[in-house]
Amino acid sequence: MKFAGIIFANLLRKKVRLLLTLGSFAVALFLFAFLAVVRYAFTGGADLADAHRLVTINRTSIIQPIPLSYRDKILGIPGVRRVTHDNWFGGMDPENQREVYPELIVPDDQWNVFLKDRQGAIAGAATAKRFGWKIGDRIPIKTTIYGGGAWEFNLDGIYHGKRPQDDETQFWFQWDYFEEKVPDRFKGLIGWYTVQLDSPDSAVRVAKTIDQDFLNSPYETKTETESAFAQGWVKQFGNIEFLILVIGSVVFFTLLLVTGNTMAISVRERTGELAILKAIGFKDGSILFLVLAEALTIALFGGILGLGLAELAMPVLSNALSGMLPNLILSKTMLAAGLGFAVFVGACSGVLPGIGAMRLRVVEAFRRI
Amino acid sequence: MVSVNTNGKSDALIQVRGLDKTYRRGGEDIDVLQGLNLDVDKGDFVAFMGPSGSGKTTLLNLLGGLDVPSRGTVSVAGDEITHMSSGKLTDWRARHVGFVFQMFNLVPVLTAYQNIELPLLLTRLSRSQRREHVETALAIVGLPDRASHYPRQLSGGQEQRVAIARAIVSDPTFLLCDEPTGDLDRKSADEVMALIQELVSKHNKTVLMVTHDPLVAARAHVVLHLEKGVLVEASKSRESAAAGGGA
Repeated sequence: MKFAGIIFANLLRKKVRLLLTLGSFAVALFLFAFLAVVRYAFTGGADLADAHRLVTINRTSIIQPIPLSYRDKILGIPGVRRVTHDNWFGGMDPENQREVYPELIVPDDQWNVFLKDRQGAIAGAATAKRFGWKIGDRIPIKTTIYGGGAWEFNLDGIYHGKRPQDDETQFWFQWDYFEEKVPDRFKGLIGWYTVQLDSPDSAVRVAKTIDQDFLNSPYETKTETESAFAQGWVKQFGNIEFLILVIGSVVFFTLLLVTGNTMAISVRERTGELAILKAIGFKDGSILFLVLAEALTIALFGGILGLGLAELAMPVLSNALSGMLPNLILSKTMLAAGLGFAVFVGACSGVLPGIGAMRLRVVEAFRRI
Repeated sequence: MVSVNTNGKSDALIQVRGLDKTYRRGGEDIDVLQGLNLDVDKGDFVAFMGPSGSGKTTLLNLLGGLDVPSRGTVSVAGDEITHMSSGKLTDWRARHVGFVFQMFNLVPVLTAYQNIELPLLLTRLSRSQRREHVETALAIVGLPDRASHYPRQLSGGQEQRVAIARAIVSDPTFLLCDEPTGDLDRKSADEVMALIQELVSKHNKTVLMVTHDPLVAARAHVVLHLEKGVLVEASKSRESAAAGGGA
């Protein structure tokens, strides 16, 4: 690449300006990466959802409970293979939970200990790591709901997700222990059912049947696919995707203006030199190439720097936000999209000054210098 | 042999016929060059003199293919450049013209070596071939030990010698020098002019130079005066210059 010497010499001409421009790209790409993982943390649930699963909640809202007695009726619907139930606090159905969520892996030996331990608990790997728990620990948890007071658990197992994006922040414990501890008014009521189907093809029919079965009861239900449930869940927070899109657009538009202005100044300062290059035989295309190459080099290096920092920072951020958001995963697709955006902004910021340089009339330029 | 009155065909390296250049400024046409004829042979060293605004630099720009005439033609080694497209003209400049400017116009962020190498980047020469050419040019201008120096680390005279090396490195058909000593002290100017004379006498280069300085012009084979866009006088013969007219 025989023009590399000229390109890098020009880039290093104003080192402070170069550093600031690289910094602009790095900060913007860092922010891009952060927004991308937060967006995915909110919306990725739909991608991770299993097509074999339905979620049944109280028709009023997920905050309202539904009776445990619905389970047997749901199990009787053709096409339903298994049903498990959970609630906010962590009480769940130990008989079916592991089978309904096969992507959350609990080793057999740990699971068997858990089944026999009334105060047993299984924690997600992220939660265990966050609080420094290890198997065998006695965990007291104070609560202001469900009658208050302290609940004590034995950590019998730690589950891991099959995929990096799987939620490893949950805390499960025996439903019987929950029933034993809560005041009478909460007994026999669960938070939601997760229904495992024989085939995704029966999802619409089964969902409709469940909701019809409990129509006009004190606890009407709303059943939807896990994917639809995940999407509805995110909508409760507002239009996160739109918000992130707006913030991202503002960042990139600002970056475009900043780098475009920088490139324009950089080219204007070099009018005389560009005129010389044209005089000695550099064609318009070569001049455009030199300017674009500079802009793209800045964009690429700044982008790599920002995304590299994001890659390093993501585990720290993920840890800091643990419990509020699922795992923050900076995927290869996001990295590629980030670099693509950086290159796009670099090209846009370089193209106008480049065309200006390309169209420079040598005689006019010599008159100005 | 330089001739300013030729109107027909000739075998001269550079042939200018009926050259007009008119600029339009503030709604008024300004005739900078009017019906210029000129023949320059290979190996000639021509100096153009004249007051400011007489059209010297405009003539140089037209001869170098940097500007297009309003009327008339410029032919160099059989190529008529006045009707070439912009792209072809750029190619033609790269092959045939070496430019030397008053302000040296080196790229400040490139070393002397890199500045001289610039025209060669447009060729198909390999890196080692380019190195060979650049080292030869540096040796001709007497700066073989300044290859890695940046323009700011060189004196004015040295900068102009680097600019001359850049102009000759691709072995162009002719050199166009616009006030090459205009920004130099007398000693440096003498050195630069000695170098240009050497390029003509030893390397048989054709040089067309614009200058305000009669002492510098006296180094040329022929001095042509431009007044109000017309070549009005030719002075000094090739023989007297070859005899060694000093500054």
